[in-house]
Amino acid sequence: MGARVEVSHLNIVAQAGGKDLPIVTDVSFRIEPGEVLALIGESGSGKTTIALSLMGYARQGCRISGGTIRVGDVDVLGLSASEQRSLRGRTVSYIAQSAAASFNPSRTIMDQVVEVASIHGLMSREQAEAKAVALFRDLALPNPQTIGQRYPHQVSGGQLQRLMAAMALICDPALVILDEPTTALDVTTQIEVLQAFRRVVRERHTTAVYVTHDLAVVAQMADRILVLRQGRQQEQAETRQIIESPQDDYTKSLIAAAKPAPRDAGRLAPDAATTPLLEVRSLIAGYGALDKHGLPGSPVLSDVSFTLHRGQALGVIGESGSGKTTLARAIAGLVAPARGQILFDGQALAPDVSARSRDQLRRVQIVFQMADTALNPAHTIEMLLARPLQLYFGLKGEPLKKRIAQLLDLVQLPAQCAQRLPGGLSGGQKQRVNFARALAAEPDLILCDEVTSALDTVVGAAVLDLLAPLRRELGLSYVFISHDLNTVRAVCDDIVVLYAGNKVESVPRAAFSQAARHPYFELLASSVPELRQGWLDQRSSTSRLALPPMAVGTPPNPELCSFLDRCPLRVSGACDTTAPPRRRLRGDVEILCHRSEADLIALQPASV
Amino acid sequence: MSTAIETSPPAAVPARLVPRLSRWSRTGLLGLAVLVFWLFIAAAGPWILPHGSGDMSTAGVFEAISRTHWLGTDYLGRDILSRVMDGARYTVGVALAATVMACAAGTLLGLLAAVNGGWFDAVLSRLLDTLVSIPSKMLALIIVAAFGSSIPLLIVTVAVVYTPGAYRIARALAVNINAMDYVTVARARGEGRMYIMLHEVLPNIAGPLLADMGLRFVYAVLLLASLSFLGLGVQPPVADWGSLVRENIGALPTGGAAVIAPALAIATLTIAVNLVIDNLPGRAQANQESR
Repeated sequence: MGARVEVSHLNIVAQAGGKDLPIVTDVSFRIEPGEVLALIGESGSGKTTIALSLMGYARQGCRISGGTIRVGDVDVLGLSASEQRSLRGRTVSYIAQSAAASFNPSRTIMDQVVEVASIHGLMSREQAEAKAVALFRDLALPNPQTIGQRYPHQVSGGQLQRLMAAMALICDPALVILDEPTTALDVTTQIEVLQAFRRVVRERHTTAVYVTHDLAVVAQMADRILVLRQGRQQEQAETRQIIESPQDDYTKSLIAAAKPAPRDAGRLAPDAATTPLLEVRSLIAGYGALDKHGLPGSPVLSDVSFTLHRGQALGVIGESGSGKTTLARAIAGLVAPARGQILFDGQALAPDVSARSRDQLRRVQIVFQMADTALNPAHTIEMLLARPLQLYFGLKGEPLKKRIAQLLDLVQLPAQCAQRLPGGLSGGQKQRVNFARALAAEPDLILCDEVTSALDTVVGAAVLDLLAPLRRELGLSYVFISHDLNTVRAVCDDIVVLYAGNKVESVPRAAFSQAARHPYFELLASSVPELRQGWLDQRSSTSRLALPPMAVGTPPNPELCSFLDRCPLRVSGACDTTAPPRRRLRGDVEILCHRSEADLIALQPASV
Repeated sequence: MSTAIETSPPAAVPARLVPRLSRWSRTGLLGLAVLVFWLFIAAAGPWILPHGSGDMSTAGVFEAISRTHWLGTDYLGRDILSRVMDGARYTVGVALAATVMACAAGTLLGLLAAVNGGWFDAVLSRLLDTLVSIPSKMLALIIVAAFGSSIPLLIVTVAVVYTPGAYRIARALAVNINAMDYVTVARARGEGRMYIMLHEVLPNIAGPLLADMGLRFVYAVLLLASLSFLGLGVQPPVADWGSLVRENIGALPTGGAAVIAPALAIATLTIAVNLVIDNLPGRAQANQESR
């Protein structure tokens, strides 16, 4: 049974250079027993700081400077340090974003799950283990009796996140803090974890604080929402009210960013007669030494083909490990393909970057996910942008300066940025610099590898807004890689779906909503949380059996469909004996499946 | 180790090699003052000696501190203050030259190994590991025994002894930087290895390398002192601080300044260098930012 939580006039400051910098200002809220409150906001909005303060904890360099926090009848801030220690884990517990970083890799899971109970001396080891097993069962973990004997690296990311929930719940805490617990997970995994969390929180009637930046997730989990911006509360209301009729302007912008609108670049009709800009033919790539058949030791891409016309944007979508990034790297020449061809403007590109001509390199640019690791921290923005201009065009002096200013203007950065180091820019600004650097080469094709995934929703949306006009004005083409279907739909003309290195479907945007979907694509599409309450419950009731995660490394039988083990629509006698055929369906859809088009459309619940 | 590309006028932003005085902490300033003092003595030595470093005094051997001999005299009756000031030239000079050589060679090889990788890295690393497995004093002893003792040889010997260590640090740092996306971007842009080594990797490892160079300088001073103490270092009549300690070891029972002064000189120099390294303003700031 959860406790009532009351926070009033909470102030938290960071100490920097002898001065106090406010990071949370006058935040007050109240959570009724058994209620779930969501703290939502961008990074830096103070949501995690507030969540941690509920345990009486402030991160190094920070201090809780005012206000009161009551959990049940305990005044958290009035406790001594040792009393606060006994509160943590027992009365208030915490589930962190990265379970992988929170588990000790050298001890078994069970040891770590029951540790809290033994630290607080609440129960014997046997009792604690029995309770842990019951929790594993409630959290829908496979083999609840024996999973505790494994080590953290022996279970999947989604399972580890649920095991961390078991660790947090073992002492029956009065308040649970969930800090972005599903942000690092794939959508198909996220949904299982969310379902498990929701069930245990409901059944135990636990009071919970859910910290996230993802409104669609919050709509499923929370009863009330508190919107934060720069440490101040913007709006606080029932979930329904926030989603359906937000009052605050900032909340409105958050909701708008959560539903990305298509950014149409006025697509140029692909002309079958002209040479495609990029043509990938039967690409096989991977890592490790080649075996006797000339195939890599750990294959990542098997037999991927697609074409991209000038001015087009092609979306590549799939879970982590599906080979998206390897595809981009192979096109850029950073991973030499074992077999297959990459034709650029009709010419075959050499497999390795060192064998490509400078002009070929110039015409294909790549932009990475992590904006800050892609910029050399020792170079000013000016130096970063100057280099491709000098290398490819030999610009110097005044023309060089002019072009740099032009590029900064193109990505909507102020000209003063030029003299700064990357460390002095925000995440969104850094990603704009990355684009400016790619544009400096005047390329024909930009490979965008998860370019908005590490950014806040609102900031990411602004970067996406930049892409469409650039494409129109400069005649660019994009290969846009993402795990987020909404983003891909918003930017791309065609979508390629990768699963375990196979292209299982390609579909033009025009045909997107009516087309038959490969069972994997269907799973992916139906797993993206929607911004409406009750979506998760609705989906749970129509949901199929929990599916095993994607096999890592070599599939059990490389001859057969890679999705076989997870497929809810498999046909025995066909799928488990012969490889699926690649077929063309209506509306320029290409699919790798045994099922007929009519079957696929009939068997899939109409969604999206 | 300048980081600026020639073309753009160096903006005020890139880290200065020696940060402004106002940004130093008090302990750092203390170290810096002592270090500058010794560097000055080493450079200006011959012109400011109170007595000739070889001149024997009429006052006698192991003379106590007096107005003419501020630190007394040594076992031959020479002025200790002059000997210590003169010795600074050898100790600081040889150690500095050797350290710069070792660090330059180690950094260059480390960068080559990290950026080229593969068999080049493997062969080079194992070769230098072999060198490490020979105890440094033994190695120096063999070299000196084989080729005799001269100052250039001494510099090369100490440099050889410390190259593998500098290599290891440089390689380890460079391997990490080499895996960063911005190096991948440079490679995809078609940059050559030299550009990647010098412009992408080096500026980002320069800070820790500089700190390591300071430490290595301290080791070099100590190695030189011990070599001289063993009689393998700078040969009489000139003397560095290590040989001064050895020459005057006889003064130890009577508590003469003759042996304490050069030992103190070694101690102050090494401590000063350590203080400077630990309090480099840029590093303190970097630590704060990474937190």
